[in-house]
Amino acid sequence: MATEEQSEGLAFHPMDQFIVKPLFGGDHVAWYTPTNATLWMAVTVLAVIALFVLGTRGRAIVPSRLQSIAEMAYGFIHKMVEDVAGKDALKFFPYIFTVFCFIVFSNFLGLLPKAFTPTSHIAVTAILAMAVFLTVTIVGFVKNGAGFLGLFWVSSAPLALRPVLALIEVISYFVRPVSHSIRLAGNMMAGHAVIKVFAAFAPLVLFSGIGLAVTPLSILAITAMYGLEILVAFIQAYVFTILTCVYLKDALHPHH
Amino acid sequence: MANTTQEGAETATEAAGHAAEAAGHAAESVGMPQLDIATFPNQIFWLVVALILIYLVLSRVALPRISGIIADRQGKITNDIAAAEELKLKAEEAEKAYNQALVDARAEANKIVAEARAEIQKDLDKATAKADAEIAAKAAESAKRIEEVRAGAAKNVAEVARDTAEALVAAFGGSADAKAVAAAVTARLKG
Repeated sequence: MATEEQSEGLAFHPMDQFIVKPLFGGDHVAWYTPTNATLWMAVTVLAVIALFVLGTRGRAIVPSRLQSIAEMAYGFIHKMVEDVAGKDALKFFPYIFTVFCFIVFSNFLGLLPKAFTPTSHIAVTAILAMAVFLTVTIVGFVKNGAGFLGLFWVSSAPLALRPVLALIEVISYFVRPVSHSIRLAGNMMAGHAVIKVFAAFAPLVLFSGIGLAVTPLSILAITAMYGLEILVAFIQAYVFTILTCVYLKDALHPHH
Repeated sequence: MANTTQEGAETATEAAGHAAEAAGHAAESVGMPQLDIATFPNQIFWLVVALILIYLVLSRVALPRISGIIADRQGKITNDIAAAEELKLKAEEAEKAYNQALVDARAEANKIVAEARAEIQKDLDKATAKADAEIAAKAAESAKRIEEVRAGAAKNVAEVARDTAEALVAAFGGSADAKAVAAAVTARLKG
């Protein structure tokens, strides 16, 4: 409050962009209410359909631009799954590709002005991470039975150290979904919030002389942050996906 | 004691007031909207819907189509390379055949040249032989004629000698027996 009064009309609401509100009026957000989160998830779904279904409808031997982007994404994730998790992980490829597409499209669409970023919400990323965690754990036990527990028993370490290492391994295993989800949500939220903070300084020139210096600087900073966010949007989707592959590899091949 | 409870109550009411205020200004709250548990069921529901939609679209339509496209392209490339390989082999074969034809033609030409030469040689030999024969015949004829001339000459000489001897004998006044003169001349000519 004090800040707002001091800066004479400058409004600092860097977190307001993350508020989930009903699309068609009202205050109550029930589980089924269409909200801005719903809208942008729908846009994400439509973008995925546009790229991967409409973009490839030519089935051309020499691809169009959209088709070659779709093929490149396909090849990129397909190769990642095969290289990181092994050939037998390829039956999980559609699932991993779904996760990648959702995150990468949400991240990039969230960079549009006025957009809402579903992946900046811990509720969303936690569900994504928990789904990966549960899938990996279930697959691990189904494939290897009790042998999956060998993941926690480091047989290359000295016998005396093994119980200690096992404890550490178990803890780190259960921390995985937490770091997995917070990494994505935190990165998306932080970038958007920082842009918003710089944006709040931009109209300072309208109120005070010092704005002559601050406004160009803040616009420059917004531009730089935006460029960085474009990078982060892709990198975080990539990181989330490759970690999913790494966890999947642990489930399929706990011993090495 | 009473003082502290009163203080506690005061802070409690204050906190409640803040909470009410926060609820009132939910739209402008400075806290993290991410931690607003009330929106979680909504987000989770719509996330699950979105993920299922994307999964269905990708696994039913998009991914099989893209993998099909990539396989088709790979197949076409493989086929084209095989076809190119085949064409190259054919070209090599054609070149070999061409070279073979060239070698054959050259050999044929050499043969024809040799035959022609042999034929010419034969004709030449025949002509030479004929010429030699003619020359030999002419030479033989000439030799015969010379022989005849020589024989004629010898005979004439004998006749002249006999006539001369008869004339000499007659001139010396003897009457010479023609036979005896002839025998004497012949003996003399032989000697």
